[in-house]
Amino acid sequence: MDAVILQILNGLDKGSAYALIALGLTLIFGTLGVVNFAHGALFMLGAFCAVTLSKIFTISYETIDPVRKDFLGNPLKVETPYIFDWFGPDVGTAMIEWSVPLAILFSIPIMILVGLSMERGLIKYFYKRPHADQILVTFGLAIVLQEIIKYFYGANPIPTPAPPALTGSADFGVLLGFDAGSIIYPYWRLVYFVFAAVIIGGVFAFLRYTTFGMVVRAGMADRETVGLLGINIDKRFTIMFALAACVAGLAGVMYTPINSPNYHMGMDFLVLSFVVVVVGGMGSLEGAVAAGFLLGVLESFASMGEIVSLLPGINQIIIYLVAIIILLTRPRGLMGRKGVMEE
Amino acid sequence: MLGLNSKDKTLFLIVLALTMFAPFLLNPFPEGSELAQFNAGYPDLMQRFVIFGIFAIGFNILFGLTGYLSFGHAAFLGVGSYAGVWMLKLLTMNVVPAIIVSVIFAGLFSAVVGYISLRRSGIYFSILTLAFAQMSFALAYSVLTPITNGETGLQLALNDPRILDFDAADGSLPATNFFGIEMRDGFELALGPWLFTFNFGYYLCAIIMLIAFYISIRIFRSPFGLMLRAVKTNQQRLRFTGKNPKPHTLAAFIISGMYAGLAGGLMVAMDPLAGAERMQWTASGEVVLMTILGGAGTLIGPVLGAGVIKYFENIFSKINDNVLYNWFSFLPDGMQDAFVFMIHPFIGKGWHLTLGIMFMLVVIFLPGGVVEGGQRLRQLFSRRGGSDSAGGASSAKAHPAE
Amino acid sequence: MGILEVKGVNKRFGGLKALDEVNINVEAGAVHAIIGPNGAGKSTLLNCLVGRLEPDTGTVDFDGSSLLNLQPHEINQLGVSRVFQTPEIFSDLDLLENVMIPTLARRDGPFKLDAWSRVDHLSEVRERAEELLQDVGLFEKREMVASSLSRGDKRRLELAMCLVQDPKLLLLDEPTAGMSRADTNNTIDLLKKIGERGITKIVIEHDMHVVFSLANKISVMAQGTVIAEGKPEDIKGDPRVQEAYLGGAHL
Repeated sequence: MDAVILQILNGLDKGSAYALIALGLTLIFGTLGVVNFAHGALFMLGAFCAVTLSKIFTISYETIDPVRKDFLGNPLKVETPYIFDWFGPDVGTAMIEWSVPLAILFSIPIMILVGLSMERGLIKYFYKRPHADQILVTFGLAIVLQEIIKYFYGANPIPTPAPPALTGSADFGVLLGFDAGSIIYPYWRLVYFVFAAVIIGGVFAFLRYTTFGMVVRAGMADRETVGLLGINIDKRFTIMFALAACVAGLAGVMYTPINSPNYHMGMDFLVLSFVVVVVGGMGSLEGAVAAGFLLGVLESFASMGEIVSLLPGINQIIIYLVAIIILLTRPRGLMGRKGVMEE
Repeated sequence: MLGLNSKDKTLFLIVLALTMFAPFLLNPFPEGSELAQFNAGYPDLMQRFVIFGIFAIGFNILFGLTGYLSFGHAAFLGVGSYAGVWMLKLLTMNVVPAIIVSVIFAGLFSAVVGYISLRRSGIYFSILTLAFAQMSFALAYSVLTPITNGETGLQLALNDPRILDFDAADGSLPATNFFGIEMRDGFELALGPWLFTFNFGYYLCAIIMLIAFYISIRIFRSPFGLMLRAVKTNQQRLRFTGKNPKPHTLAAFIISGMYAGLAGGLMVAMDPLAGAERMQWTASGEVVLMTILGGAGTLIGPVLGAGVIKYFENIFSKINDNVLYNWFSFLPDGMQDAFVFMIHPFIGKGWHLTLGIMFMLVVIFLPGGVVEGGQRLRQLFSRRGGSDSAGGASSAKAHPAE
Repeated sequence: MGILEVKGVNKRFGGLKALDEVNINVEAGAVHAIIGPNGAGKSTLLNCLVGRLEPDTGTVDFDGSSLLNLQPHEINQLGVSRVFQTPEIFSDLDLLENVMIPTLARRDGPFKLDAWSRVDHLSEVRERAEELLQDVGLFEKREMVASSLSRGDKRRLELAMCLVQDPKLLLLDEPTAGMSRADTNNTIDLLKKIGERGITKIVIEHDMHVVFSLANKISVMAQGTVIAEGKPEDIKGDPRVQEAYLGGAHL
């Protein structure tokens, strides 16, 4: 039992990332009808927003400490981040340590800007082109974005730790009445899951309870009719694209402490997120979220020692296998709507 | 001759001439000159041109004719490579069995993948093929290590059985050969300052590519090819016309899978090493890029696309800042630095950035690829030339055979 | 004994009864019109005939064999061709290729891996296709891409694609929908001309002018059932028809 709970918990953080990316993909597909192969790159850009912010915080100037000496006996050079001068050393240290959560604020305007310029500058010209063209041009864009990041940040993963207060692990075993140490779970993963839940809840609430959201949902169901009502649906869809970009970016920001970001992390997640979207059902927001968590947890179960020894390699392919089975038995995915992307 | 109409025959002869004289054409600059670094006439690169040409020609039979966008074709190339290396290990260093078995295995594998994936169309088909390819990649890396040798990649060893070969082991690995002609062999021809390399391996690949190209022309012009184009433009009508689209697309899928296997087999025939990264989806993406860049659905497009991408990959990766400083040495210092600074991200390791931008520009402005670009240029010039055949292809098509 | 016999066909979509005990008997050689107001079930019936939909109960027999559980291409191979409401053609191909494909389909069956012979060497197939293009008056445009045709010409092309197969039964779904009066009249003339070939036709149509110029038998549908059947003269005078279809106005 405790092992099962542990695996479910382990699956949640990856599942959260899948769900967040798949949610954005579905939003874009549902509203704009565009298959966005560059969505993984947006996730990656978000992660590098966090990297950038922590680099900015640690920009330092050099002074020479007249009192202390280094081991060669020369005067010690001391690096002082500028923010120490501006906010005082205590606040400055805290800012550096908390740079990942702070990057949420930093990344929102950046991701919105990226989203808007992507939609206005490129995607809008592809609404009427075939899906294959959309896939191809966004695929090209994804390559360009990741190569730009590679140019500036190099090819190696950049460790970006969580704040020290959140780096430890919680012992859920004791909490739930199992043996101590049976379910050890890092705090940050818990934070990530809660964060994802809040974002997902926020997006759903936004779509359900605001007039804006209602118009968008109506537009997803029947774009033409909404257009006939005299509502400028295109403008709203542009904003939805920015929102989806933002969701992907935030998912990336918060993911950095779990896995050090590298330039190709977006592509790695994109392929799986597409599988998630298809499993959930193209165009279904609930389906995307459900399938994201489902596949994340499944993947974690498949990596249990007992299962791997029974079916070697199953952990590597479980997601694809499930996707293939679901696509063949339920062509529209778990919650797909009729008439979306058929023929 | 050849059973081709005059236009196709011209096309075929052009490709024939290009491949046969490639060692000359790709080495236009004298050895040791400033521009010699742009020469591409060395065996390794020339082999890659034609092998990827085969891969793209095959992919085009599926994507160009039926419009089904597969994101998993590298898996077939990978399967072909593994099968090929195993033949070299078990049977003989003669490349013929290796190549044949590569094609067969890739064909069988693509029959399975195609049968399942083609139950869906559109983006679902793309995702299914992607899922299959990623699955194969993951398996090749992990569970199938006894067959694939995992991360290291499958390679030859001294103690391989090679039951058909009798040559005494002299302690070094034997070379792949075609009935005794070693693939790495060749001869060099020096004409004044020019140096041309003729490599046997390249010529074997080139001849096979010509055969592959010829078969693709025949398929394009056949009733089967016509049905494939009908699948692309209107499956519904095709069904109500009494044709079953499914076996047609499946046949196209298997044929293109066999082409991929052939490419994989030739790769290991030239360099007997197969790694799992050959199956990764980025490799599938590469063949998509080649086909689109050259012109999907056209005969020569994929060959051109493969050539352009492999050529620029090679050249761009070789240019470094020193080369740039040399080029811009005529400029004042400040400007020289500025130019080098601006170009620097696109060269060397930045080649993929250039490729991505090039690809986006093509998809946006030139969906028909290089071939369409050529046609547009020709139209532009014929209009300038004052001839009244403006409207080019479409009106030209309306006139003949009256 | 007709060439097409529809007996007791029912079809439900959720709570909606789209077809309710439909019986229709089409005589060989007849031009049989099926008319009725919107939502009467005409298109559903047609889709049940060509294998796009399966009826819940009932039988559909064509020329002695059942059409149930057959794929569209199998039904076509039995000799049923269909013209759609919006012309379904191969828009990226030229006109000659458009007509050669159905010719080849008739010659080769649902699938033949003929990847070696050359389309431009199949002179018999080509001549047959050209003949049909002559018949519908599109021969001069045979090298044009089909998408560049006017709507009326697309309809003609689609007709040629069906006729080239020498079908035993031709289904026409609103063949003049969305056409100008002149185009409509042209199409009527064309259909009359084909009428001389003796192909059995089922026409689904809104335009009474078209129906009464072509049909020699009419079935009237309303709310999923056939409410009247007979010769055009009888149908014109039938009060039930006028009630259901036109709300009492005179035809």
